[in-house]
Amino acid sequence: MVGGFGLVGAPLKLIDALVEHSDADELTIVSNNIGEPGRGLGKLLRQGRIKRGVSSYFTSNPEAVAAVNAGEIEATLVPQGTFAEAIRAAGAGIAGFLTPVGAGTLLAEGKEERIVDGVPHVLERPIHADVALVYAARADELGNLWYRRTARNFNPLMATAARVTIAEVGEIVPIGELNPESIHTPHLYVDELVLSR
Amino acid sequence: MTPDVKSSIAARAAQELRPGEIVNLGIGIPNLIPGLLGDTTSVFLHTENGLLGVGPRPGEGELDPDLIDAAKRPVTALPGAAYFDSAQSFAMIRGGHIDVAVLGALQVSVAGDVANWAVPGKDVLGVGGAMDLVVGARRVIVTMTAMSSSGEPKVVAECTYPLTARSAVDIVVTEHAVFRLREGALVLTELCGDATLEQVEAETGASFDVDLEDRRAA
Repeated sequence: MVGGFGLVGAPLKLIDALVEHSDADELTIVSNNIGEPGRGLGKLLRQGRIKRGVSSYFTSNPEAVAAVNAGEIEATLVPQGTFAEAIRAAGAGIAGFLTPVGAGTLLAEGKEERIVDGVPHVLERPIHADVALVYAARADELGNLWYRRTARNFNPLMATAARVTIAEVGEIVPIGELNPESIHTPHLYVDELVLSR
Repeated sequence: MTPDVKSSIAARAAQELRPGEIVNLGIGIPNLIPGLLGDTTSVFLHTENGLLGVGPRPGEGELDPDLIDAAKRPVTALPGAAYFDSAQSFAMIRGGHIDVAVLGALQVSVAGDVANWAVPGKDVLGVGGAMDLVVGARRVIVTMTAMSSSGEPKVVAECTYPLTARSAVDIVVTEHAVFRLREGALVLTELCGDATLEQVEAETGASFDVDLEDRRAA
């Protein structure tokens, strides 16, 4: 599970570390996009280490589309709001939810559909991960996180939804220096901090 | 499709927006609307990657790598803007808090079904927020040319492309016509420029009702 909308808010240094210093392969990548050609998760894709992608928009990386069409990776396409909510649900202990989004479309195939108040809904299950890689502009030494502008996107959701959450951060400040009312991700969700620099 | 055609469609769609509304704009023709509104503060632009209060494109020296819209283009944020995560952004959309979504489409059916994310047999790997927006926005305005680049009508009896959602569209704006969905039926309410009824009929792949006296709602 990797944060970011395109490359904005993506933990690019953690991805580089995965590319250069790890041999973990057959990975299932849960991320809104599979990076861009040769950038972000696109590097991992080029190494052939992705077995399956769960995403709302593979199209932003034509190499990911080509890999899916060639049968090199499996693709699970999820509407973006359902993708976000399923990750939120995973972190919040919710076993599933009913959404009207996608009902009657290709993306509901294989999923249970149920009529609620006369409207077709799709039963969506949570999306969990073993590891979440997220990016935050600022952390304190406890692991409280603050995101900047539209670099927030999926990061706070993913931080809650994995067994282990590793946060790449732009800076680490002493405990007490983040305004408690401005903390987006409380530290209990965060296992490891890595400075970007 | 010439830039003139695109901007005439965008300009007509912009007239459907009312001051103070919360508006989400899709990629393509809808993204021309901010440049045509004049005073962009008259509506509040929402972008699903987590910002309400999208401002103009940044000038020289204003570029912020952490500030983009859903088309991944650099933008600015207006005074009073708010940032939020993707789950909250889509809760706004799904929860009916977005007044208007303006989006492009490949096909719209006479029942208001819309297909705008995939071409059969290829390109079925990117849906983004399209399904959420057409289901959740209170009004859905489709902006598109009347005909595809291969000369096929885009307003059809039944969508043959993969559906985005059923019965979701409220208004269709092309370069020649404005259609409205009324009680599940497609009604031609306006001919644009010097377009004729015969021309619109020829460009439309289904029959429709005509009520040209209904100019746009005040």
